[in-house]
Amino acid sequence: MNRRDLIKNIAILTAASFVGADLFLVGCKSDKRDNFTPFDINFFDEVAETIIPKTETPGAKDAETGKFMALFATDCYNDTDKENLRKGITKMNEASENKFGSSFMEITKTQKQELLIVIDADAKKYNRQKREEEAIHYFTMMKQLTLLGFFTSEAGATQVLRYKPVPGKYEGSIPYKKGEKSWA
Amino acid sequence: MEKTFDAIVIGSGISGGWAAKELCEKGMKTLVLERGRNIEHIKDYPTMNKAPWDFKYRGYITKSQADDNPFICRAAGYDDSTSHFFVKDADHPYIQEKPFEWVRGYQVGGKSLTWGRACARWCETDFTAPNRYGYGIEWPIGYQDIAPWYSHVEKFIGVCGSKENIETMPDGEFLPAYELNSVEQHLQETLATKFGRHYVSGRWAQITEPQKIHTEQGRAQCQNRNLCMRGCPFGGYFSSVTSTLPWAEKTGNLTIRPFSVVHSIIYDEEKQKAIGVKIIDTNTKEEIEYYAKIIFANASALNTNLILLNSVSKRFPNGLGNDNGLLGKYICFHNYRAGMSGEFDGYEDKYYKVSKPAECIIPNFRNVEEQDTDFVGGYVIFSGAGREKLSEKGLTETIGENFKEQISQPGKWSAYMYMQGETIPKESNHVRLSQEKKDQWGIPLLITSMDYDDNDDKMVKDFLEQGKAMLEAAGAQNIVTNENRQPPGLDIHEMGGVRMGKDPKTSLLNEWNQMHLCKNVFVTDGACMTSTGNQSPSILYMALTARAVNYAVDEMRKGNL
Repeated sequence: MNRRDLIKNIAILTAASFVGADLFLVGCKSDKRDNFTPFDINFFDEVAETIIPKTETPGAKDAETGKFMALFATDCYNDTDKENLRKGITKMNEASENKFGSSFMEITKTQKQELLIVIDADAKKYNRQKREEEAIHYFTMMKQLTLLGFFTSEAGATQVLRYKPVPGKYEGSIPYKKGEKSWA
Repeated sequence: MEKTFDAIVIGSGISGGWAAKELCEKGMKTLVLERGRNIEHIKDYPTMNKAPWDFKYRGYITKSQADDNPFICRAAGYDDSTSHFFVKDADHPYIQEKPFEWVRGYQVGGKSLTWGRACARWCETDFTAPNRYGYGIEWPIGYQDIAPWYSHVEKFIGVCGSKENIETMPDGEFLPAYELNSVEQHLQETLATKFGRHYVSGRWAQITEPQKIHTEQGRAQCQNRNLCMRGCPFGGYFSSVTSTLPWAEKTGNLTIRPFSVVHSIIYDEEKQKAIGVKIIDTNTKEEIEYYAKIIFANASALNTNLILLNSVSKRFPNGLGNDNGLLGKYICFHNYRAGMSGEFDGYEDKYYKVSKPAECIIPNFRNVEEQDTDFVGGYVIFSGAGREKLSEKGLTETIGENFKEQISQPGKWSAYMYMQGETIPKESNHVRLSQEKKDQWGIPLLITSMDYDDNDDKMVKDFLEQGKAMLEAAGAQNIVTNENRQPPGLDIHEMGGVRMGKDPKTSLLNEWNQMHLCKNVFVTDGACMTSTGNQSPSILYMALTARAVNYAVDEMRKGNL
């Protein structure tokens, strides 16, 4: 809902809000600017593609999601969140080494999927148990950035969701068949 | 440039635009003063046709923009697609003696570009309750005085809604209402059968079916893009820029002067009335005086207070018309401090197409016939339902091909409610001028000193109980409530300080929004409000403005002004 209705302060999920949207709110002040490297961007791309793979429709890499993730974190995150995200790259590589003996970029597609399923479950458990003031799990950040970046990209919005920039008449109740996509 | 006009209007926002339109239509050569830049319909809506991916941060603001604008970035509707219609914090300082987050949009059209567009009418009780229950003074007008002017405004701006014959929310001149979706219909039935309450499609300044008067304004049917606050290429919602100002322009009687911050209204001791306005050109810092027979103050509630407080003369050393010392006092606002949402099972074979720039409303059901709660005043509830979008809730997969498939489909239904409550006008809630600090144009800074009180807390508690009971009765699960504890200001409904009343000892304006002690000055923005009611105030300001202009021009023609 785009009305000036303070919904964003009420944390309601009916509209185009993303999981844990409050992550994107203001943090502590700092001028430190710490860019992510091309390696990091490739890493983000690989994580994003594992979450949203190319199928008969475009995947995360097609929408340059990794680049967006790095840009968004650089300019919109506070330092703590940015640092946690950065550490997340190391942590994920460590987890990959422990499980498969190679870093995340080197393991197979199937191994990547296997690893991220476990990390996702850990992240959800961590977020439930953490104290309120503690930062959310790094993988939750990566997932949020992936979903935000991909589904607001042209490929994600128009080819995976249904994008109607000029909808015309509003209909309050239409039939819905399982499988039909959300409006972008 | 001409220095003398028939009328001067201070401000070009929602009420100033109406003053301009009505004055120009009546043949008055009218000068509209706007402190900000000019905005032309369509031409100055840089983001209106942008897709989400056209924004570098997809609509979000950067951390440095947030750090530089800690207050304004919290305003509802503020994001990367709209921030050009809001001030920058650093440019327009004020002093918060108590926290007050003052949301401002300094440009031609003011906040009418980014307003919420809710247009329900007040009912008779809203006018009478403050005096009847002892939490305010008597309004000098009642519902019957303003009803025809509501109609006048509704027809011109275009208001959608359904005729419902509800006592606490009178019907108006409506374009077709937005349909309710499946869960909203369910809530409507539940409230009617289990609570005897109404749950109806809200009334909004959206053109759902253009009439001749709208096409004459160059406005077309709302296309439900739901991007209103960027400015609408169709003119689907009402703003001064889309509607009243171009209409006034067509008469040939309008002059708009942007970059003109008003310093004060000039009072002539001999003529015993106002003769004009002193402005400062915000670019050149040049001081200029403009003259007129009548002056309308529509600078936005708190800025109108500021201008009047700064309009000092020998006769009025404490501000124009301020013999009783009440100018700047009895500031009030709306209580938006709580909301909730809940999930619904079922309705999985139902969806909607695509989005509506509208919500449903539950009209006030508190303290109408009698005082029936432990707080005074009433509240309305805005509400809506929808299917979760891009939510992981209830999905079986967490990554990969099947996850992509699942998360791109609409999820469970959920519904939300949030309150908009009346607050008590109190003398202690006030604004005043700083004696020491001035802005970049040498105008004293405004000090804000107001806060919520115990009555507001009780109302929040009642809303949380009632809202939860209604959602539960409808079968909602996992209800999450939220008390945001936000300071006043973020409601963007600040009112009062120059209130209307019957008695010059307790009010500043009479029943025509005319200053008791300076008859050719009229105040018809939020500053004039005697109490806040529980409905959104903008359309009432528009109706009061049209009514006051009609009176002012009559009086002028009779030679009384």
